[in-house]
Amino acid sequence: MENELKRLKKIAIQIRRDIIETASFGKGGAIHVGPALSSADIVTALYFKIMHVDPSNPNWEDRDRFILSKGHAYAVLYSALAEKGFFPREELMTARALNSRLQGHPVLGKTPGVDMVSGSLGNGLSCGVGIATALKMQCRHARVYVMLGDGEIQEGMVWEAAMYAGNHGLDNLTAIVDYNHFQSCGAENEIMPLYPLADKWRAFGWQVMEMNGHDMADIVRGLSMAKEFAGRPVCVIAHTVKGKGISFIEHNNKWHVGRCTMDQHTQAMKELDEQETAVEAGLM
Amino acid sequence: MVVRAAENSTVEMRGVYAKTLIDMARSDSRVVALDCDLAAPIGIIGMAKEFPKRLIDCGIMEANMAGVAAGMSARGCIPFTHTFACFQSRKCLDQIFLSAGFADLNVKFVGSDPGILALYNGASHMGLEDMGVLRNVPNLTLLEPSDSVMLENLLRQVKDTYGLFYIRMNRKNATTIYEPATDFTIGKGLELRKGRDVTIFASGIMVEQALRAAELLAAQKIDAQVIDLFTWHPIDRDLIVRSAKETGAVVTAENHRVASGLGAAVASVLLENCPVPMERVGIGDVYGEVGELPYLMEQFHLRAEDIALKAEKAVARKREQFTFFSKF
Repeated sequence: MENELKRLKKIAIQIRRDIIETASFGKGGAIHVGPALSSADIVTALYFKIMHVDPSNPNWEDRDRFILSKGHAYAVLYSALAEKGFFPREELMTARALNSRLQGHPVLGKTPGVDMVSGSLGNGLSCGVGIATALKMQCRHARVYVMLGDGEIQEGMVWEAAMYAGNHGLDNLTAIVDYNHFQSCGAENEIMPLYPLADKWRAFGWQVMEMNGHDMADIVRGLSMAKEFAGRPVCVIAHTVKGKGISFIEHNNKWHVGRCTMDQHTQAMKELDEQETAVEAGLM
Repeated sequence: MVVRAAENSTVEMRGVYAKTLIDMARSDSRVVALDCDLAAPIGIIGMAKEFPKRLIDCGIMEANMAGVAAGMSARGCIPFTHTFACFQSRKCLDQIFLSAGFADLNVKFVGSDPGILALYNGASHMGLEDMGVLRNVPNLTLLEPSDSVMLENLLRQVKDTYGLFYIRMNRKNATTIYEPATDFTIGKGLELRKGRDVTIFASGIMVEQALRAAELLAAQKIDAQVIDLFTWHPIDRDLIVRSAKETGAVVTAENHRVASGLGAAVASVLLENCPVPMERVGIGDVYGEVGELPYLMEQFHLRAEDIALKAEKAVARKREQFTFFSKF
């Protein structure tokens, strides 16, 4: 397990490198850096440990599905898909650029490995509910993962889907809330607080788990356990830091969308290299 | 095809809707029905006896229903969703647009009680703009069947044709226009009456009114062509242009807001291809109100008499134009 965690942590670092590379040299200009970095460890765990997917067969019927309902974190999804082998890594530099398969927000049918369109906040959980409902009807055992932004769940439609999933006992569905406490224009607590978040999901009939969204051991343990609850859907509240992994981006909402200068790129890469050394040494 | 409007035989549309959907569910395991607490009013509730898992009452969550339908379609199901036309359009536009439309999925949306057919439910329930709202979704085919024969035929075609469809349907009694087993082609209008002086395009409950209007006009020696234009999008451009060239005057009749409905669609085609005097019968820049059907038809100027008046006006304008140009 030790080595397995080390492997996953190194992939998460590589995915963060991809995000920074895209933010520095991508042809599409500025990208949503903060929201992508905050989800990086969870998305790594999903694609490289938890989910059953096959990059050589993106439409495999029995694959697990992932819906990035917080579609503005596209950079983490594109990076994970590239690292997993769904398309060449070089293509990441075309994200948000003209004629790219990697559009401004995830598009079903356009990017290999993307399981649903997103970009209009609030829509993804309902789509996940639909896929999970159909999988049950068809007696398939694949699972559905939906990643929600914490700001996103201010949308009323999320709670329609939550009520539906709870009442229908969709135990093949896991919702993950990336709880980084920021939304586009500032701190959630100043704009529209979510408290008491866990109680809200419980009240809608969900099994709720909380985890440190940057502790790989915690993430893997939590998401593995989430598969085992029978009779109800699981909501994982992942406590995260917006911009996690890069000192000058962490907790800094100016990096909701941004473009790295050469100096910032150098600094970020240095920090990521140091993190990798620390992981290798078993210090992180 | 025989037009039988004069016989006044009517069939309840919801019965045909439910029977057809259940029949399709028997032969195709991909068919599922979703509803928002209106399964009883639309008559589909009986499906639960035979297919308890394939009739899903989502509760009163229209937006969620559209998203769930998109998700089920992504997993190979063919979902038919239903709620009132006003809610199926106004409450779900973003979900239909993005989760179903942009995702290129295979979802069939059905809206009942369109336009003034909401009757005593009043303005809040009158989908006077459902087709106009949904016409903004690329590749969404918009249909308004005129009777139960057409409804059944279209439902079967829609089930077997991959893609996005919206059907606005009368839930209650509709006058039978077509003989059983009539063939309909989606995207093609049907000429119900030949005529040389003016063309009337109509769909839904307005077809019967258009046919009656043609009789009224005949008494005044105006020979009206009547066309059932049950596909609003993609519209039958060829037929519109051909008819306009033949008759030189056009009237559209719709149980919908003219600003964004059939009249607007026909007008665009005419303007680009063959501008002729045109008049529109439909609902203006107002909200609905409570009433029985004859009252509402009169209040919103949707009767055969209203169509006939507009047709006379279009014909008069055509003749004025002819007189004007013949001076040169």
